[in-house]
Amino acid sequence: MSSRTAADTRLLVEKSLRRRAWAERRFRAYGLGAVLLGVVFVFFLFASIISKGYTAFLQARVTLDIFYDPAAIDPEGTRQAETLAMANYSALVRAALREKFPEIEGNARRRALYALVSSSAAFELQHRVQADPSLLGQRQRLSFLAAANVDQLLKGKIDRRLPEANRVLTDQQIACADKLVNDGQLKLRFNSAFFTGGDSREPEQAGVWGAVVGSMYTLAVTLLLSFPIGVAAAIYLEEFAPRNRWTDLIEVNINNLAAVPSIVFGLLGLAMFLNFFGMPRSAPLVGGFVLTLLTLPTIIIASRAALKAVPPSIREAAFGMGASRLQMVGHHVLPLAMPGILTGTIIGMARALGETAPLLMIGMVAFIVNVPRSLADPATVLPVQIYLWADSSERAFLERTSAAIIVLLAFLIVMNAAAVILRNRFERRW
Amino acid sequence: MSTSALLLLIAAMAVLGYWLGKHRSLALVGGGRGIRQLHSLPGYYGLLTALWCALPCLAILLVWLAGQESVITTLVLRGLGTAATSEHASSGLLMNNIRNVAAGVIPADGVSPQVQAGAAEYLRLRSISAMAISGVILALGLAALFWVRARIAPQLRARNAVEAIAEKLLLACSTLAVFVTLGIVLSVAYESIRFFHSVPVHDFLFGIEWSPQTRMRDDQIGSSGSFGAVPLFLGTAMISGIAMLVAVPVGLFSAIYLSEYANRRFRSVAKPLLEILAGIPTVVYGFFAALTVGPILRGFGESVGLEVASESALAAGLVMGIMIIPFVSSLADDMITAVPQSLRDGAYALGATRSETIKQVVLRAALPGIVGGVLLAVSRAIGETMIVVMAAGLAANMTANPLDAVTTVTVQIVTLLTGDQEFDSPKTLAAFALGLVLFLVTLSLNVFALYIVRKYREQYE
Amino acid sequence: MSAESTAIPVPVLPVSAACKTVGSVAVADPLISARDVNVYYGEKRAIMDVNIDIARNQVLAMIGPSGCGKSTFLRCLNRMNDTIEGARVTGLISMEGSDIYDKRKDVVQLRARIGMVFQKPNPFPKTIYENVAYGPRIHGLAADRVELDEIVTTSLRRAGLWDEVKDRLNNPGTGLSGGQQQRLCIARTIAVNPEVILMDEPCSALDPIATARIEDLIDELRASYAIVIVTHSMQQAARVSQRTAYFHLGDLIEVGETDRIFTNPRHKLTEDYITGRFG
Repeated sequence: MSSRTAADTRLLVEKSLRRRAWAERRFRAYGLGAVLLGVVFVFFLFASIISKGYTAFLQARVTLDIFYDPAAIDPEGTRQAETLAMANYSALVRAALREKFPEIEGNARRRALYALVSSSAAFELQHRVQADPSLLGQRQRLSFLAAANVDQLLKGKIDRRLPEANRVLTDQQIACADKLVNDGQLKLRFNSAFFTGGDSREPEQAGVWGAVVGSMYTLAVTLLLSFPIGVAAAIYLEEFAPRNRWTDLIEVNINNLAAVPSIVFGLLGLAMFLNFFGMPRSAPLVGGFVLTLLTLPTIIIASRAALKAVPPSIREAAFGMGASRLQMVGHHVLPLAMPGILTGTIIGMARALGETAPLLMIGMVAFIVNVPRSLADPATVLPVQIYLWADSSERAFLERTSAAIIVLLAFLIVMNAAAVILRNRFERRW
Repeated sequence: MSTSALLLLIAAMAVLGYWLGKHRSLALVGGGRGIRQLHSLPGYYGLLTALWCALPCLAILLVWLAGQESVITTLVLRGLGTAATSEHASSGLLMNNIRNVAAGVIPADGVSPQVQAGAAEYLRLRSISAMAISGVILALGLAALFWVRARIAPQLRARNAVEAIAEKLLLACSTLAVFVTLGIVLSVAYESIRFFHSVPVHDFLFGIEWSPQTRMRDDQIGSSGSFGAVPLFLGTAMISGIAMLVAVPVGLFSAIYLSEYANRRFRSVAKPLLEILAGIPTVVYGFFAALTVGPILRGFGESVGLEVASESALAAGLVMGIMIIPFVSSLADDMITAVPQSLRDGAYALGATRSETIKQVVLRAALPGIVGGVLLAVSRAIGETMIVVMAAGLAANMTANPLDAVTTVTVQIVTLLTGDQEFDSPKTLAAFALGLVLFLVTLSLNVFALYIVRKYREQYE
Repeated sequence: MSAESTAIPVPVLPVSAACKTVGSVAVADPLISARDVNVYYGEKRAIMDVNIDIARNQVLAMIGPSGCGKSTFLRCLNRMNDTIEGARVTGLISMEGSDIYDKRKDVVQLRARIGMVFQKPNPFPKTIYENVAYGPRIHGLAADRVELDEIVTTSLRRAGLWDEVKDRLNNPGTGLSGGQQQRLCIARTIAVNPEVILMDEPCSALDPIATARIEDLIDELRASYAIVIVTHSMQQAARVSQRTAYFHLGDLIEVGETDRIFTNPRHKLTEDYITGRFG
């Protein structure tokens, strides 16, 4: 080597430069490619869901002239509550449709016509009449939900060029719908029912409110249990625990629980809460218990990190003033660590909100129409609702599913944004 | 009284206790002036009284809540005699009916007289139980209140006592994690052992045919259900494998790019965008896999003349890989930034290019940590449920073709346990056996991976 | 650049009149010349208008109180500051007449010519052999395994480490003692056959015996390389160097023959530092 001069070395290095510069560029391109690929995935995912789902926020509604025909509803004129409850209100809707399209005759063709309006129209009329029996004999112009297929037609999701046999709507139905549109009686409007209604077998009536309330109840239980327990556990481990085998065991346990598949927690919930303690199936209470066990490790780990970030000098200062250990934690360390703890808690809650699998195990997959009123009522949650709708074969549920996902993601974005703001505004760097 | 009312009662007694204890201590030393004669601040005497009143009551309430249902069930069933159970398929079904009638879900006039009687008895026992617990709690709480109040003296070390109790409570909270693990092991293992009574362990672990449908009618032949889980293990392995093929290179390279190449502005935009992937619920990925990626792959397959199943392993694996990208990337990022700058400087000073430094020095130094991170990611892939439930299908095929449909352990657990279930059929219990396998596999992966990662971190601390 | 061009003496670059450094900044036929060099970390100016030449086959010691910018300046010479985000260098640093900060120049080539040894020994987590072979490998200096073996052997010999490690070349480099690790880093550096070796307080993490060995080594290496060493210890500067530069709060105060600086400092600040009034 000593035989080689500096100039020789320089030549050799120079010779290698081209190859190495290429290798460098290639490597860099791989890295950039990977990042861009990930970013493209994010956009593709959002674009695909939003493009499928935004239409669900609009809903086709039919405006019809309804005649509250006393002969059809209360032929005897008794106005008794029972008669009003049992009456056939869909006859009124049908009559209105026949009136609008007198040219359509024959049972089959008429049935096809009736199918343009959602079955919920009859219930709506029933509610109106029961609330105000004096409506009988009057005429009213009312707007009803259109059937899901008409809704899809208006949103351009049904291909008119397909042969009639391959379509969910017949030529006659399409012609009728077009006529209604031309007369201004069939329009897309804001779909408030989606945000206020519970689940339904009919896509046009299905809403997310029941699932949102279920999620709120479940999360409330989760938060009320996991926050105090998690923070207490973190305080013990960080500030009180002696270093011994038992503490090590607890630590290893917590770290492992954080990585145990969520479905295993569902199995635990099923075997313990439902079968052993006999708690009710499908209840937000039990869902909250299961999610508590699931989020505890997250909260404990985040809280410990926040406590650890408080410098020891604060603790020494408190001890120096004669504070007891509990006072030191309560008066100084915990308040200083609180922003970090809250950030961790919000992130844990966001994860709990999106969790599905363990809740399937404890029966929160039931078809539930009513909005839950208490912690023990059967309920479902948003992600499970998404799962249920995604499983349904009807095309109209596809956009509902995407719309429910948009609602879920909106909640998650708000929660995560709150966590970020909290961290940026209050977290102190020592 | 309902549970929430009982909780309110306890809270009210605790507040009363606080007030009593505080004033008692002040009264003993003759008001605010004598406060120096007290060992602790008056508030601590109040807290001590409140704690002594509330904690025993809460403990009793918990025991009652946990036990009442099973006690009442036993009593109701015993009261009805064995005749009733033979008529209904099982005592569980009977009890379900009784509860539904009692809760008013099912109208009482449409059921058998036995169920009606049972429901009446059930309601009666419940009301007795509720009265009893209310009385017990009230009596216990008040007794504790006055007992502690009588023992308050200026020398009583109230603060120390309160802090000792508080520390015990903190300890109890931290111990919960151990009990959760214990609970998982015990409950899952218990049901699994029941399963292995009817299906030998060996058949389960090494059998190659999975068709858990037990016969519907007695005269049906040959469908007694077979529980060979190998197809599920293979399916799980294949989907996880595909996921790792996506997640490891993309995650690792993006971590490298973001930590070693990107400037601050690019990083501050791209990193949060990638982390969004980690925050998206798995059910959304499942939907995406089943309704967007699946059809795309199918369409692509058709255009090049390949047969792609509508629920292919590839679609589920790809999407699962996307989900795991941020997980791998953030772990790798941690490991890479843990490599000390001095090592990088050493390589740069020799004239190494950036990529040479990264490939030959940084990655080599970070290798143990990255391996640990990848193992954690594998454990996540194995335990992931919703994506495969929605996109991978139920067919227990033994195939090496990623374009075919396969099923996984988690899919089968969900399928076996959702819907109506009886707790004695091997079909239901099989889910717990699968859960046990899943738990043990992921647990050992996690323990091993966390150990590696911790060792690695210690090395550079 | 061809071998012949080095035979012609490199012309001395003019020093601007504003330069306040005391002593002989320039040398004849300089290997590296720095003119009006400033380094900024963000808004902060870490060193100010430094002018100095580095001569061939000579040890230049840079001394001064902590935070005076001597390490910063050292890291300018092989552009290690490039790796620090927000660091900016102005002025001219030329090596044999060409600007090392020229955008068209490859930093890789520069660092192959100017090696560096760090304060804390930083062997790669590889075997001893691989540590030394790393540089020749990436630069393609060895045609085959035999030549690579030869380079590794010679480098370890010259670093005075061969006898201690010849039987365990395949053991990890991190398993050596601190002094051995530092000599391994020196062997690693000279395996690339550089022209200049920069040493950033190479002995500060070592015990006195290991320090003495490194100092002897520096003296031997001077025959082949130009060496720039940053040191905290004035005794070390006096022992190993021929020229000494004194930095103070980012300014280069005085440069001169080591003997002269230590016996007859001209600037008040230099005198204060050398006589131990601050440090």
